[in-house]
Amino acid sequence: MRRIVSILLENQPGALSRVVGLFSQRNYNINSLTVAPTDDPTLSRLTITTIGDDRKIEQIIKHLNKIVDVAKLVDLTEGSHIERELLLIKVKATGAQRAEVKRVADIFRGDVVDVTPTMYTIQLTGTSEKLDGFIQALDGTTILEVARSGASGVARGEKILSL
Amino acid sequence: MLSGGDMLIRALHDEGVDLIFGYPGGAVLHIYDAIFNQDKVDHVLVRHEQAATHAADGYARATGRPGVVLVTSGPGATNAITGIATAYMDSIPMVVISGQVTRDSIGLDAFQETDMIGVSRPVVKHSFMVQKAEDIPMVVKQAFHIATSGRPGPVVIDIPKDVTDPGETFPYEYPETAKIRSYSPPTKGHSGQIKKAVEILMNAKKPIIYSGGGVVMGDGAELLTRLAQKLGYPVTNTLMGLGAYPATDKQFVGMLGMHGTYEANMSMNDADVILAIGARFDDRVTNSDVSKFCPDATILHVDIDPAAISKTVTAHVPIVGPVVPVLEEMLEQVNASKVQIDEEALAAWWKKIDHWRERDSLAVTPAEGEVIKPQQVIQALYKVTNGDAYITSDVGQHQMFAAQYYHFDKPRRWINSGGLGTMGFGLPAAVGVQLAFPDAIVACVTGEGSIQMNIQELATCNQCALPIKIVNLNNEALGMVKQWQDMQYGGRHSHSTYADSLPDFVALAESYGHVGIRIEKLSELEEKMKEAFAIKDKLVFIDVCVDPNEHVYPMAIKGGAMSEMFLSKTERT
Repeated sequence: MRRIVSILLENQPGALSRVVGLFSQRNYNINSLTVAPTDDPTLSRLTITTIGDDRKIEQIIKHLNKIVDVAKLVDLTEGSHIERELLLIKVKATGAQRAEVKRVADIFRGDVVDVTPTMYTIQLTGTSEKLDGFIQALDGTTILEVARSGASGVARGEKILSL
Repeated sequence: MLSGGDMLIRALHDEGVDLIFGYPGGAVLHIYDAIFNQDKVDHVLVRHEQAATHAADGYARATGRPGVVLVTSGPGATNAITGIATAYMDSIPMVVISGQVTRDSIGLDAFQETDMIGVSRPVVKHSFMVQKAEDIPMVVKQAFHIATSGRPGPVVIDIPKDVTDPGETFPYEYPETAKIRSYSPPTKGHSGQIKKAVEILMNAKKPIIYSGGGVVMGDGAELLTRLAQKLGYPVTNTLMGLGAYPATDKQFVGMLGMHGTYEANMSMNDADVILAIGARFDDRVTNSDVSKFCPDATILHVDIDPAAISKTVTAHVPIVGPVVPVLEEMLEQVNASKVQIDEEALAAWWKKIDHWRERDSLAVTPAEGEVIKPQQVIQALYKVTNGDAYITSDVGQHQMFAAQYYHFDKPRRWINSGGLGTMGFGLPAAVGVQLAFPDAIVACVTGEGSIQMNIQELATCNQCALPIKIVNLNNEALGMVKQWQDMQYGGRHSHSTYADSLPDFVALAESYGHVGIRIEKLSELEEKMKEAFAIKDKLVFIDVCVDPNEHVYPMAIKGGAMSEMFLSKTERT
């Protein structure tokens, strides 16, 4: 099952490598990883999406908690949550395809953020599943480049991940 | 005002460190100069950085205090890795200070530069790269706090050379506490869980207590013994847990696992309740296929590390906490409990266990004539030292024989590399133990394979005048490798023998300034061992020629249940 784990990490040199190293060391998967400082510059927030059964996820969470630089973490998928990912995609847009690409982007509420005579760059945000769906919908066109941010997220309601 | 180098040594002293193990080199010369200029922190010069870590490790295991290591950058640091990994696998508190190239050369492939933080990352509990000299006191404080609290482990402090520059000085103040907001190890167990566990434990019909290295390292041996004796339940120890419960007590059924006793493994397999404490259901205990592991047992698992719980075997009642407060609370609850232990069931259980005991799985069949069995050497060692020595060991058959035949009655007396299985551990570990306890009898049980992996430490022993007794079970082969080749590879001894190229260990020991004794005949075994141990002021290398064809038994059958064992070359369960 796919899980989204959000981590508050000490913003220290080497801290990120401890988290990433854990995944390779213990043979866990990382599907995506995002990281940036929070409002508190001494803390970074990481979001990792991973796949595993309950036993594996339990081990991942326990081992992440053991890392001294990990201040706090939460498995967002345990409760209701908001998940967003950003996609920038360059698509060939010539002839009849030019209008079709624009139409598909509109359906997914994507924005064309850059244009040349032969291509569009489209920006789309949403759940990772939605971005997958958009890329699939562009199947008939020529995709030139894909840049995805990886999922980030927060819990719904008053649940807060902070120190 | 102190320089970075002076601050480091001063901070070690303020932390209570009086002995460090190390080897100098370019990046730590400022620190070595700081050591030269004071007399509070003593330094032992080893002959290889790996030995420094093992010596610090042996010191830590025997005393319970963290071992401290100082090595230079590059090869000094990488040589220390095996010892750090050894300590990590066995949860030994250790602080390793490594030199680093100057801050402005980091990343430029400077001479003797290695990314020590990166190289050591998978085998440390935590690591620090010191960015500026003013940080040294707090980094040292935090490093010791992390190394010694929670589940202990090695911590690396990597210090660029210019940070320790004697030309720059700073105000020094040693912090009283280490403030780490993201680190808070458990301090007690969950009372509700303990209550639940005690109830199950007291209602058990066929219980067993399975205790591991955590009880030794957590100083819980006395409490464990009290709890076990109060309940009257059988106790088995892991390889790492030997000494946590007195081996000569009637409730002790021996070590469990791959080379555990028949009665220990049968009791585990048949148990209805297992109290696992400070043990981690290692594959050398569970025998790889956990689905066959103790099918009828309710598992109560006490461990300080939540990640050790339900990692391989699912715990029915998990308790996360340090052994001492958990055992105290368990004892209180057992004393206060209204549950009556089913004495009849317990008597029947003991009857069954005694029946297994009658199999006498550790019986030694003497060889013909004057040939010495390796087990007989350990039996003689036990007798000659009155069972009261510190025994360090290397890795292989001799390690298992020592674990099986030296009956440890006290914790911290059995010093071996259990998790990583590091050959070459024994002699340097003995250096650490003997320095911690100068008047104690310290024996290193080893083999001619392992001892050659850190034989250079004979020089350290000479320099420090350490009267260690090395008991070399010389079977002229890598015994455990050979045993597996006999059992699983049709007796094809691929690169496990070297009889024609062994050194003369007696002459070798003598060339390092020690005493060498060779024992070849069974009839002279005990007498010559006595002679060796009577030499109080010198290291004695006792090279014992043993039966090269001996195997370690019992031996678990791969992929089987705990009840499935080879009991000799011709018998199995």
